[in-house]
Amino acid sequence: MKVLVTVKRVIDPYVKVRVKSDGSGVETANVKMTMNPFCEIAVEQAVRMKEAGVVSEIVAVSIGAPQCQETLRTAMAMGVDRGILVETEVDVQPLAVAKVMKAIVAKESPKLVIMGKQAIDDDSNQSGQMLAALLGWPQAAFISKIEINGDNADVTREIDGGLEKIAIRLPAVVTADLRLNEPRYVTLPNIMKAKKKPLEVVKPDALGVDVAPRLTTLKVEEPAKRGAGVKVADVKELVAKLKNEAKII
Amino acid sequence: MSSYAAPLKDMRFAIRELAGLSEISALPGCQEVNAELVDAVLSEAAKFAQEVLDPLNRDGDKAGATLADGKVTAPKGFKEAYRQFIEAGWNGLGGPAEFGGQGLPHIVSTPVQEIWKSANMALCLCPMLTSGVLEALKAHGSPEQQKAWMPKLTSGEWTGTMNLTEPQAGSDLSAVRARAVREGSHYRIQGTKIFITWGEHDLTENIVHLVLARTPDAPEGVKGISLFIVPKFRVKPDGALGERNDIRCVSIEHKLGIHASPTCVLAYGDQKGAIGYLVGEENRGLEYMFTMMNHARLSVGVEGVAVAERAYQHALEYARTRVQGREIGQRGGDRVTIIHHPDVRRMLMSMRAQTEAMRALAYFTAAALDRARHHPDPAEKRRSQGLLDLLTPVVKGWCTEQGVEIASTGIQVHGGMGFVEETGAAQYLRDARITTIYEGTTGIQANDLVGRKVGFEKGASALAAIGAMRQIDARLAAVGEELASARANLKEAVDHLESATRWIVETFPSAPKAVAAVSVPYLKLFGTVAGGWMMARAALIAQERLKQPDADRDFLHGKLATARFYGEHELPRAATLAREVTRGADSVLALDPAKF
Ligand SMILES: Cc1cc2nc3c(=O)[nH]c(=O)nc-3n(C[C@H](O)[C@H](O)[C@H](O)COP(=O)(O)OP(=O)(O)OC[C@H]3O[C@@H](n4cnc5c(N)ncnc54)[C@H](O)[C@@H]3O)c2cc1C
Repeated sequence: MKVLVTVKRVIDPYVKVRVKSDGSGVETANVKMTMNPFCEIAVEQAVRMKEAGVVSEIVAVSIGAPQCQETLRTAMAMGVDRGILVETEVDVQPLAVAKVMKAIVAKESPKLVIMGKQAIDDDSNQSGQMLAALLGWPQAAFISKIEINGDNADVTREIDGGLEKIAIRLPAVVTADLRLNEPRYVTLPNIMKAKKKPLEVVKPDALGVDVAPRLTTLKVEEPAKRGAGVKVADVKELVAKLKNEAKII
Repeated sequence: MSSYAAPLKDMRFAIRELAGLSEISALPGCQEVNAELVDAVLSEAAKFAQEVLDPLNRDGDKAGATLADGKVTAPKGFKEAYRQFIEAGWNGLGGPAEFGGQGLPHIVSTPVQEIWKSANMALCLCPMLTSGVLEALKAHGSPEQQKAWMPKLTSGEWTGTMNLTEPQAGSDLSAVRARAVREGSHYRIQGTKIFITWGEHDLTENIVHLVLARTPDAPEGVKGISLFIVPKFRVKPDGALGERNDIRCVSIEHKLGIHASPTCVLAYGDQKGAIGYLVGEENRGLEYMFTMMNHARLSVGVEGVAVAERAYQHALEYARTRVQGREIGQRGGDRVTIIHHPDVRRMLMSMRAQTEAMRALAYFTAAALDRARHHPDPAEKRRSQGLLDLLTPVVKGWCTEQGVEIASTGIQVHGGMGFVEETGAAQYLRDARITTIYEGTTGIQANDLVGRKVGFEKGASALAAIGAMRQIDARLAAVGEELASARANLKEAVDHLESATRWIVETFPSAPKAVAAVSVPYLKLFGTVAGGWMMARAALIAQERLKQPDADRDFLHGKLATARFYGEHELPRAATLAREVTRGADSVLALDPAKF
């Protein structure tokens, strides 16, 4: 069974993000970038399934600037067999991602697509769901467990009230939640091997997809700074402040 | 508490621009290495160090290694971290491919070592020693010995140690007394070794000791010492572990720093003598040790860089959070974090500028080591070897002495909180303190520099290096005003280095004692000026790169600032040091030993 995973290149979660002075977005030039942590979990899952003999081939897809090749190499160092970079300088939005992925799915015919539940940069949490809708495939978002059972996948989803166990028919799209697994450390021999794995570069045009943004960002600004705290003398004062100043009770 | 973040941008800059990665990539045997690979290796190493090694460093210092019933236990978490380290294949980074290593050159392994040592020096001494044993076996072991010991040392399933020191034989290894008596195809080893780093531990099931000892009829002195492989457990022909060898860990030292690293007294031969296997020929042990010296000394020099970097990051974080006083020249207003005070900024700048200079020189020397090994042109190979031999004691001596100073400045940035252990700043000073002692004290490095490297050679390599330092003068001049101060400061410092070098060359034949009296100031002079050379080169490159539209402006402006600071605050020391060298020997020797 072939699995497709998506990997997005995002600002490293340890980096303090700065808003561009013109308010058009956040500063990404010369900032440390890394693989989106949820994508890492998706890759790890695919690799574990391959190690368990359930999966025969893993293909990773990244959409973005040429530097996304590094992210694909990391995925390959984790155990992905080959990579596809859909190269574009456009800041792709969830619908564009879903359309690109639909085109790749048509070419690759995987039985399962594993994506991260969201990317930590824009936190959209939409691409997986949109892709399933465009393909007309079953979907299970926010999974914390997956087992392949013949033509079905038994998955556990993390939902507001607890855990939901469902079976979905394959082919399907699933998105990884935090507790699905703990990604491994890449090993040095695998970093070396990853260099030699195939990496194909295609343009969105070649896939017949228009990735032009549909949403316009009006302005990006830093959240308001938190004011200093105050000490209150007793519960009475606290309640008064919550009522009159914070106006939350 | 700060957490470590590998300074990947500066490392990359030093590797690519200053050490010359592309030149190394072109060498036979290094072709697999390119910028992308180095980036991938460094970022994964950085991640592992940040998430696994660094968080253990503090607790390891507090708990220390412990000894009970002859068994040494590493601090909690160390065994697991080591297991992860070898499972990820890091132990085999520089090891030969035929035994399962990746065979990556020093221009890659040196920065990776810096990362390990910044994050957890005490633990990472263990794999460093293993790689020392691997180097020795690769160069001098028989094919059978290589096959028997190298695969598991490369994977890290077993670790290696260096057993040189004895109570009466420290700096002077010719005084080694441990005995080795031939018994058929092996030897029986008896004697006491002291200060053996990771000489006994629970990280792995076996330990391979390399031991210096004398055979009964060996000549006195340096030419009578042989080198032996002495395993903790003997190994059966099928590779399974056999009988325990006659080696006992008698005690471990209670010491100033690197608490998590057990420093062992090992007793060989309580019973019949430990079984050991001769490496190479009898009586050539010290000679063999010397062939690996550049590698080992460079590794310890890098520890100076590593601890300095860690201390800097720690101090920087404190300086950004500690609120004290008001901005100078302002009345009233808010209190500010101490990084706003000019003197704190001076301290941080000096830590950063010096660390960058040390890093550059260490990587530059690592590249010389790679060229000396792999360059196809014999003349270039020889030239690189000369440069390497010259710079190795400088990197070992200067970077570690600076490392101690920088870690001390890190404490100063913290004020009182630096002196109390709670902030963790003190650990870096305590850990750094060993680096100027083991693998040859600073005094021994300086003797090597003024004697074998400058004196005997009549200054050939040193003057060649000075020539290279002068070569960038024209390029600095061409830039004009912007780098005028860098140019003037470097030129003046190089003049001082040259005059001190000429003094050494002239004085050495007639008054070697006078030269020895000022050898450490000369070593520091050499390091200071060579560091300034690296920083001036960095400034030139940064200035050039800034013209590109996608340049990393913050980083490059930072580099110009540290280079300038180095030129204005560190290089002027060259004048004093040169004066110490050329005029200070007599007063060193003015008092007879009996008159102290
Ligand atoms: C924590 C720790 C770990 C160690 N790990 C190991 C290990 O794994 N394996 C191992 O074999 N050894 C190890 N050592 C030993 C270490 O290499 C020696 O301590 C070091 O070489 C100095 O020798 P010494 O202690 O006998 O000092 P000495 O040689 O007695 O030196 C004392 C002082 O005299 C100076 N001095 C001595 N001779 C000269 C000279 N000719 N010219 C000028 N000055 C001189 C020295 O610079 C020093 O200042 C370790 C030591 C420590 C403390």
